[in-house]
Amino acid sequence: MSAPRLSAVRMTGADAILRSLEAEGVDVVFGIPGGAILPLYDAMAKGTTVRHVLARHEQGAGHMAEGYARASGRVGVAVATSGPGATNLVTPIADAWMDSTPLVCITGQVRSNLIGTDAFQECDITGITIPIVKHSWLVQDVAELPAVLKAAFHVARTGRCGPVLVDVPRDVQEAELDFSYPDEVSLPGWKPPRRGHPRQIAAAAQAVAAAERPILYVGGGVLNADATAELRELAETARIPVVTTLMAKSAFPESHELHVGWPGMHGPKWSNWALNKADVIVAAGARFDDRVTGKLAAFAPGATVVHLDVDAAEISKIRHAEVPVVGPLKPVLARLARELAERCEPERTAEWLAQISEWRERFPLRYGNGGELLKPQRVLEVLRDLTSGRDDVVWTTGVGQHQMWAMQYLGCDRPRTFITSGGLGTMGYGIPAAVGAKAARPEATVVCVDGDGCFQMTCQELATAVLEELPIVVVIVNNGYLGMVRQWQDMFFEERFSHIHLSHAVPDYAALARAYGALGFMVDSDDQLEETLAEALASGQTAVVDCRVDPREHCFPMIPAGQAAVDAVEYDPGHDAEALAL
Amino acid sequence: MRHTISVLLENRPGALTRVTSMFARRGFNIESLAVGPTERHDVSRITLRVDAEKHSLEQIEKQMHKLVNVLRVAELAPGESIERELALLKVAAPPSARAELMALGEVFNARVADLGPDSIVFELTGSPEDVDSFEELVRPHGLQELVRTGRIGLGRAARGGTRPRSQILV
Repeated sequence: MSAPRLSAVRMTGADAILRSLEAEGVDVVFGIPGGAILPLYDAMAKGTTVRHVLARHEQGAGHMAEGYARASGRVGVAVATSGPGATNLVTPIADAWMDSTPLVCITGQVRSNLIGTDAFQECDITGITIPIVKHSWLVQDVAELPAVLKAAFHVARTGRCGPVLVDVPRDVQEAELDFSYPDEVSLPGWKPPRRGHPRQIAAAAQAVAAAERPILYVGGGVLNADATAELRELAETARIPVVTTLMAKSAFPESHELHVGWPGMHGPKWSNWALNKADVIVAAGARFDDRVTGKLAAFAPGATVVHLDVDAAEISKIRHAEVPVVGPLKPVLARLARELAERCEPERTAEWLAQISEWRERFPLRYGNGGELLKPQRVLEVLRDLTSGRDDVVWTTGVGQHQMWAMQYLGCDRPRTFITSGGLGTMGYGIPAAVGAKAARPEATVVCVDGDGCFQMTCQELATAVLEELPIVVVIVNNGYLGMVRQWQDMFFEERFSHIHLSHAVPDYAALARAYGALGFMVDSDDQLEETLAEALASGQTAVVDCRVDPREHCFPMIPAGQAAVDAVEYDPGHDAEALAL
Repeated sequence: MRHTISVLLENRPGALTRVTSMFARRGFNIESLAVGPTERHDVSRITLRVDAEKHSLEQIEKQMHKLVNVLRVAELAPGESIERELALLKVAAPPSARAELMALGEVFNARVADLGPDSIVFELTGSPEDVDSFEELVRPHGLQELVRTGRIGLGRAARGGTRPRSQILV
């Protein structure tokens, strides 16, 4: 047996997990205890610098860890017990996988001698999660714990960020080891790129310098890479307009003249036109998702693609890249900006920028303001106006119409201030993500724009927000329906509405909020809207504002699934008048 | 088009599952797969046969590179590699047919691994194409059971190892 290192301290596996988290600088974890993770919770009770936020459902804990990660840029940590505790983490893990959110999940497992016997609360969580983690470990030897945790954090945050899982049997938590946290990680098979190839970056610069109608198509990778300053430098140096995907909202200041909106299914027409009529697309940390491209064959048919990404597998996965650059985006964007500073004429894009401005004028976002019912878009406009100029507001959303309106109407100028579930489209993401974001940024006002459907999937975490003193404001865009499904049934299923009605009033959201110890408000007309939202935002407490809005309102424009940007369906005032007459 | 891919991976619990799961999830079809130890006790080698277009093949390789346990991925290019397969074939062999079957076996260097009153078990090692040919020749005699290991391969000796595919992207 090799002698323990001089600094090694004898302790249990559970203590070693906590000391490892402390060594990683983790300040907060989100979780729920249970049988197989009891030793770790006992270790917490004995003392640690790590704060534990007690969620009400492990899915909530997972999304909190995601919200924390997205708001802070650090790795989020979720803790759960074996079996159902672990399976409840599956949705957040899949969400983090799709959106490349760095996440370390620590799960308890039944005792080693019981594994494989269908013991109480046993499930093969490492097996279940194989397709949705970057890597996972079932720790079988307590001596391996420090190295495994070191590796887990390293893998989660290096290369393309994402989730990892560490499954620790109860007896491994109880066994003793000589603990010392390793300085180095030993992973011979994990070699994310460290820099972009200078020749490829030069080729990218050449393509951009020669372009008349270049555009930066920015994805969430830029936020993950902490490369927003480099992005701005590049855009300003070469005078390139920027579209940011849903995941990249806040990666580029939205009040900046070069920001030209958000591409994709519910992006404004001018944003999609700019992307589709470009001659050179510089994709940075974006993955040509089907919600962005629509019909692939018709997507930006004339464009040369320069694709910058830390993940080589994204390059030419969907759309062939004429100029591939694999590497971490921070140095790649910085170098590209430097090369362009020397060789491009910024004025060359003046005409192109003027063209986009003209489209912007011609195709503004529109919605009808007839009728007596409060319009959902109005809720977002008021929220935008109430927070305008503030740099301490962090938004989260659920998934659906309200999310798309939030993308369209809210303005984000600072990085990591718009936190949403993009790839997986996880309804119920908003409230727990907001709690996590608040833990990361206690000084910020964290606002969850939620739908009534989403709210009911995770509203139990209001208890967490209240009792853990992580106050959030939840604004429910309550149309009484699963609104996006309603829109699809209306537009593509001949108005056969099928199992989408939730009702405006059950539950009574304001009363439910008060039951949780939060403030509860209800608004159903424009004249109370601003005042009520302002009160909730200024309250400093967890508050729920139930905004009862017009259920007939559709989210426009909309590029129907599988169709091209030119097929976008727009708001039709005539249709609106017809509906009102009924 | 069919390709043979050679993968070196850490000999860890679940490592093979991660590779095969990735293939299934991404919709890539594996035609054959052979896994076994290498000259290093902590490293295994998988030889995979896949039917894929060039674009998909690149995707397969890139996605495999992202797996933490995968150390190296290389395509075994035809003509630049040695590929072998082992097969056991149980063939109906009444006394009247035995001589002819033995003669066929000799042509292919197939060994008689077992002999019963009504059947012969041949053991054949050769290129996968040789195994195919032998299989077809004995089939009319009554091929009762067949097992093949799936192909394994190495780069030719003159190349000093399996040739890594050029990494144009990195």
